[in-house]
Amino acid sequence: MIYLDNSATTKPYPEVLTLYTTISSQYFGNPSSLHSVGMEAEQVLNHARKKIAHFLSCQKEQLLFTSGGTEANVLAIKGIVTKEKSAHMITTTVEHASVYETVRQLEDAGHEVTYLQGDAFGRVTVEQVKDAIKKNTVLVSIGHVQGELGTIQPIQELAEMLSAYPRIQFHVDAVQSLLKVPIGSLSNIDLMTLSSHKIHGTNGTGLLYAKNPSLVKPILYGGGQEQSLRPGSEHVAGIACFAKALEMGASVANKEQERLLSLRKLVIHELEQIKGVFINSPVSNSAPHILNVSIPAIKAEVLVQSLSQEKIYVSTQSACSTKTGAPSRILLGAGHDRQRAETAIRISLSFLTTEEEMTTCIKALKRLVPKLQEVT
Amino acid sequence: MNIDHIVVRYGELALKGKNRSHFEKLLLANIRKVLKPFPGVTAKRIQGRIIVHLHGADETPIQEALKNVFGIYSFSLAMQVENDVDTIKEGALFFIEKLHPNVKTFKVSARRANKGFPVQSQQLNHLIGGHILRALDGAIKVDVHQPELELSIDVRDAGTYITGGAIEAAKGLPVGASGKVLHMLSGGIDSPVAAHMLMGRGAQIEMLHFHSPPYTNERAKQKVLDLTKELTKYGTSIKVHLVPFTDIQTHIHKEVPSNYEMTIMRRMMLRIADAFAQKNGILAISNGESLGQVASQTLQSMNTINEVTTLPVIRPLIAIDKETTIAYAKRIGTYETSILPYEDCCTIFLPTDSKTKPKREGAAKFEQYVEIEKKCEDALNRIETVHINAYEGSSSVENLF
Repeated sequence: MIYLDNSATTKPYPEVLTLYTTISSQYFGNPSSLHSVGMEAEQVLNHARKKIAHFLSCQKEQLLFTSGGTEANVLAIKGIVTKEKSAHMITTTVEHASVYETVRQLEDAGHEVTYLQGDAFGRVTVEQVKDAIKKNTVLVSIGHVQGELGTIQPIQELAEMLSAYPRIQFHVDAVQSLLKVPIGSLSNIDLMTLSSHKIHGTNGTGLLYAKNPSLVKPILYGGGQEQSLRPGSEHVAGIACFAKALEMGASVANKEQERLLSLRKLVIHELEQIKGVFINSPVSNSAPHILNVSIPAIKAEVLVQSLSQEKIYVSTQSACSTKTGAPSRILLGAGHDRQRAETAIRISLSFLTTEEEMTTCIKALKRLVPKLQEVT
Repeated sequence: MNIDHIVVRYGELALKGKNRSHFEKLLLANIRKVLKPFPGVTAKRIQGRIIVHLHGADETPIQEALKNVFGIYSFSLAMQVENDVDTIKEGALFFIEKLHPNVKTFKVSARRANKGFPVQSQQLNHLIGGHILRALDGAIKVDVHQPELELSIDVRDAGTYITGGAIEAAKGLPVGASGKVLHMLSGGIDSPVAAHMLMGRGAQIEMLHFHSPPYTNERAKQKVLDLTKELTKYGTSIKVHLVPFTDIQTHIHKEVPSNYEMTIMRRMMLRIADAFAQKNGILAISNGESLGQVASQTLQSMNTINEVTTLPVIRPLIAIDKETTIAYAKRIGTYETSILPYEDCCTIFLPTDSKTKPKREGAAKFEQYVEIEKKCEDALNRIETVHINAYEGSSSVENLF
């Protein structure tokens, strides 16, 4: 099997799975329970929290664990915007569905949203964001790495510009960039979303970094967990695995980023030789693990199925959106036409992807594409 | 090119005459303990210095670890290059660009222990200084009198050493140089600070903690272990002796009028500490008491409590106010753990009518009803000892992942 849908989810490291089993069987207590079984689970949780805080160079109290990236994004956005009467927020046309749909809902509820359209890769500029700021702007939400295209947004420049507007919270969805593209200093970032299953952890665990958690309003109500901002019994094993995956990934991240970049370069070079192929992702200044291409005349779904028969797994668009069957909202949002959006496939790599796998994938594409083009 | 070693200097202990070698060995051992989490990093003693070899490890976390170690006066990052003028020039420039990018003035101090090296020290100063000035093009100037950075170039047989810019460390004496002290660690804000102060004067601390399950819970015990773990960052492993105290507390509660309960409880604690210290060759007891802070910390109370021991009871915080202690606790990293809200044995059964001015006679009178020796001996026999290392998790959980 050649798995190239790593932007949807990654395969957990074996060490992560071993840890998951150990914790679920030996430290299964509820960390809020008073007895020693609860206390041991609480220790696991504390230790994991400390490790992650250390990795992010932040305080333990600034981490709110959630059920995943989606919940963290919703918590960040609704947690800031809904407490206002009629607020304005700024985002882009190429955000993940969890941001996009949440923002749409807030719009329906009477808030105001500016959707910025960037260049052909969805990349926005600092000036664009600055020009969109209004008196009642309370939130800017922009993803670090676009999940379908691999576009990198200028987060640090945006953060610096926005630091002149203390009432505006700057939220960054960094789910796709974690360990792949360094985000730099957190000092001017107010909220940041991360997720474990994109870095070979287990799914069902995400987190929201909040520079000042007291500014966030909860979206769920219940117990006092996570400073009452995200109540519900903590997913202890998942959180421990997050810490473990982060630690393992961080130790090889620099090397892997370079390796993936050169693999990606190789793939681009090869694909450019197939007639009519469009590279939708930025060639340079792009995330090293995401490559989006359109092959005219072949519906993306057909190509995905054909590759799948050869046990090569790529995707059409963000996994969260494929079931709708519509053309990629992201490609349309980046200004591409319908045909380009309907024929786009995403090849996404991970730290476990080998050069051999990529060569096999390229060979298969070179063989399948002309055949499929004949039929359509 | 790489920063490949760290030159560690020690101040005060160099003055200690005959004990010097003993102190140096202790310091080296303590440094090795905090370096345990960094595989491959080694430390060794050379004339008047300790050299930490990085062997490719990132210098940032290692600097942080060294800053905490008592007995280190200061240290400097350094690199070794070949005895070749061009390589030395390149190395010196790399050193400034990597470690001191914002320095405005500098001077070069070259020495040539290797007299076979063809370029003389003065000439070397000019060559290297000139190279840096040209490369950094106006961003930096030479100031031979008060430079922000003195770049030291030491040409020896084995190679040339480039270093400069001393980073201040914890100073004081290496932990262990002054012998052992038995420290009464409650889990509050004060006692870890007091322990840290004593460690800075070279005391090897052993912790004595009284717990009263089921009135105090496992989390309170873990808190004490976590606090101790935090203190091991300062250059040594620490033993924690956990004294089961429930039996004594319930006994006192039953037999003693409430206004003397606390005084007698403290006297029992001190008796146990005294007996434990005597048995283990420890010459002093310490705690986190501060004058006038709570009912048990008045002069009258200390006088009454102290009656049961002849060992010196050291109270580093006696004249320190609470705000200063809190700031200190935050600085050494114990504050966050200290304020976790668990019952400890000083807060359970705490009567509202405790005497702030207890008398020795009063305590002696009520102790007639207390089975002092039997209870103390029983508690001593059931002490549980936990070893906390700087380099290992304080709980099985931390070693899991």
